[in-house]
Amino acid sequence: MIGLLSYAVFFSTVASILAIAVLGLNLQWGFTGLFNGGVVAFFGAGAYGTLILGGTPQADHLGGFGLAYPLALAGGAVAAGALAWVVGILTLRLRHDYLAIATFGIAVTFENVMRNAEALSGGAKGFRGFERPLRDLFGDGFAYNLFFFSLVLTLLVAVYLFLERLVRSPFGRLLRAIREDEDAARSLGKAPARVRLTSFVTGSVIIGLAGGLYATFYAFISPQDVLPTLTFQIWAMLIVGGAGNNRGAALGAFLIWGAWTASGWALSRFAPVEAQLYTGSIQYILIGSIIVAMLLWRPQGLLPERLVLSQSGQPVKPRQQGA
Amino acid sequence: MAEPILSIRGLTRDFGPFRAVDGVSLDIRAGSITGLIGPNGAGKSTLFNLLTGMLKPTSGTVRLNGQDVTGLPPDRLFAMGLGRTFQIPRPFARMSVLENVMLAPQGQRGEGILGPFLAPARVRDQEARIRRRALEVLDFVTLAPLADHPAGKISGGQMKLLELARVLMGAPSVILLDEPAAGVNPALTRILIDKIEELNRGGTTFVIIEHDMDFVMSHCDPVIALAEGRVVFQGTADEARANPVLLDAYLGAMADG
Repeated sequence: MIGLLSYAVFFSTVASILAIAVLGLNLQWGFTGLFNGGVVAFFGAGAYGTLILGGTPQADHLGGFGLAYPLALAGGAVAAGALAWVVGILTLRLRHDYLAIATFGIAVTFENVMRNAEALSGGAKGFRGFERPLRDLFGDGFAYNLFFFSLVLTLLVAVYLFLERLVRSPFGRLLRAIREDEDAARSLGKAPARVRLTSFVTGSVIIGLAGGLYATFYAFISPQDVLPTLTFQIWAMLIVGGAGNNRGAALGAFLIWGAWTASGWALSRFAPVEAQLYTGSIQYILIGSIIVAMLLWRPQGLLPERLVLSQSGQPVKPRQQGA
Repeated sequence: MAEPILSIRGLTRDFGPFRAVDGVSLDIRAGSITGLIGPNGAGKSTLFNLLTGMLKPTSGTVRLNGQDVTGLPPDRLFAMGLGRTFQIPRPFARMSVLENVMLAPQGQRGEGILGPFLAPARVRDQEARIRRRALEVLDFVTLAPLADHPAGKISGGQMKLLELARVLMGAPSVILLDEPAAGVNPALTRILIDKIEELNRGGTTFVIIEHDMDFVMSHCDPVIALAEGRVVFQGTADEARANPVLLDAYLGAMADG
């Protein structure tokens, strides 16, 4: 029983961390229409940034600034935002597939730099030497995982509330207008370039926060954690859950991460031995099929975007209702 | 004559070897409803795109209320009082009709990312004012009953009224309409004409591209004809009707299709 509960906490922690990343992507794609094909670069910047800033001194690579954990985590998120700002300045004139290709290339570059710049990142061996926060108090067992899950869940709720408020505000209206028709927005006096950049950086800070939490949870990060696969998984979560709907984004994270882990478990348990070599590939095919099926039959996702309504003359902020 | 609201001098735009607009010089009289006619490919929409900043001219100048605005982007021009609608309507499809209209006002505090968090009360007040004004404008263009509909799901004619409503939120002094009557049923066209004339009596200048000759002849003065990127006629509707060259070359060609 405790084993099951322990696993549930472990699973929910990872799913919640991924949900934060999906929420960040949702701000970029769901609300602004920015096709970020390199999610993992910002996730990785947050992860490496947090460990470098908060880690203990290392002989063979950068790190050991030993900052207090909240500062290290925030610093990682800021690093992701800084990366997004530079990338944004360079690429935000690009639209749609071109932006996707450019950001995908940046993510592959990021992975290769982390793999090869050993003095910065520890190289292919990964980044070690990070003490998880409050380990003295909670130890290494179930109590710690429970503590860390509550931290992650708190941050997930905070990010969700922040974004809900943001997308219901005039800023959110502006994002959606730019997503729908940038030229029409320009003809109504709006300057889309700055708004796109703001959305891209903000979304990337959130993705970086998720990366920082992920690295904290494992007290480790390596180039294997920032492969394009993760970008693909986070996109699958958003598409399945529902782009343009923050609840959908979070739901998608839990469903796809559930499908991913369950399929991995089922394959290892029931598949013939010779198929087990290909477990990872079979999982990709499975998730890919889910994406294709969703795009064919329910492209709006399980929880579609809802229309912001006028709530008939009440001078309060717009309320969500069925579209 | 009073200072023209739009003063265009030698405006030219090339697309590669093709000269779409060729040295156009025009004065748009303040308070007029100016009709812009000409066969397909005459350069009317390109001229609109040059005037609204969607395209940059190869050469020539545009003045708005005496101020040189050549090459300014559309967002700046809208803020300076120049509004436009599109030949093919461009609603923000997955937003409500009301939201489409509420987007347009300039200087919204809540449009900065921190506004809703740093000054929530002020943003809320401003939103309430903008919502009231948007509902008034929707009422004016007869779309108030559709306020909560997705803008992508209303008819083409209603979209044209919606585009007019969006533009009106900016209280523009001149509005450029690109084929407002095309593909719109007669009842909605009638409403649109009434609204244009009502706004015009209030002082708003209109420049209208239109293929519907009845529309142009009965509501526009002056009428300007373009052909192959050049101005080939300027005058009243009656003069246009009596001009044999124009009749043969353009009105006839348009009537043929």
